[in-house]
Amino acid sequence: MLAMQTPNIHDWLTEHSDYLYRFALARLRDVHLAEDVVQETFIAAIKSPSFAEQSAPRTWLTGILKHKIIDVMRKNIREVAASDLVQDADANMDEFFDEKGHWSDKPLAWDIPHDALEQKQFLGILQQCMEKLPTKLATLFLMRDIHETDNEEICKELNITATNAWVMLYRARMGIRKCLEMHWLQT
Amino acid sequence: MLNCKQTSQLVSQSLDRRLTLQERFAMRLHLWLCKYCKRFSQQLLALRSGMQRMTKLIEEDTQLHMPSESKARIAKSLESEMK
Repeated sequence: MLAMQTPNIHDWLTEHSDYLYRFALARLRDVHLAEDVVQETFIAAIKSPSFAEQSAPRTWLTGILKHKIIDVMRKNIREVAASDLVQDADANMDEFFDEKGHWSDKPLAWDIPHDALEQKQFLGILQQCMEKLPTKLATLFLMRDIHETDNEEICKELNITATNAWVMLYRARMGIRKCLEMHWLQT
Repeated sequence: MLNCKQTSQLVSQSLDRRLTLQERFAMRLHLWLCKYCKRFSQQLLALRSGMQRMTKLIEEDTQLHMPSESKARIAKSLESEMK
């Protein structure tokens, strides 16, 4: 039985792997993780009892892929000990503000580029700045700002309180913003 | 009156939850008076839209292929799964 399906899955690999890879990369922003989830998707596909009946493979595969992506994100964040999360949430923001709560480094006026080439550079630096964050913060930020995952859902997934999530997202945004200010404005 | 630290926290949270009327009012008042927090708030929106724009760019970039070694690895793992 399975042997007969072999050419089929290989055709799928040829036809859909680039699409699935881009889909995953756009959301995970990591080439290795993207490759992993695409691989897991194909493996899940051939193991599925409904494999042979799929008339719209791309849609079906993308559906599987979405779940795999969420699994990776969940794992990325869960790998961190719960105590770490709490500690991080409690961390103060003294590096950004003085004791009266005024900005230590006042936010500069950004010239957000409209020109396509400059915009690409801006996005490239944004990506690098995101990568500099601790994994759990970067993942949380991605979950929220790209996937637009509901905050309640995030908390349920990660078993953290809403307050915890807000504090971590705040930290993530503060970190990225600062990094962009240092690198984008100096180029 | 909120200080900048408190305001920046509310600005960030406004992206994640619906602020109370009171919070919104206090935040807007501060943003109206403080150009640095106003900048900050615009920058957070720029971050979000930048992230989303980049997602679209990667997704639609047909020049972007999965490396052929990766494809070969996946093909191989599929073969061993099917054995």
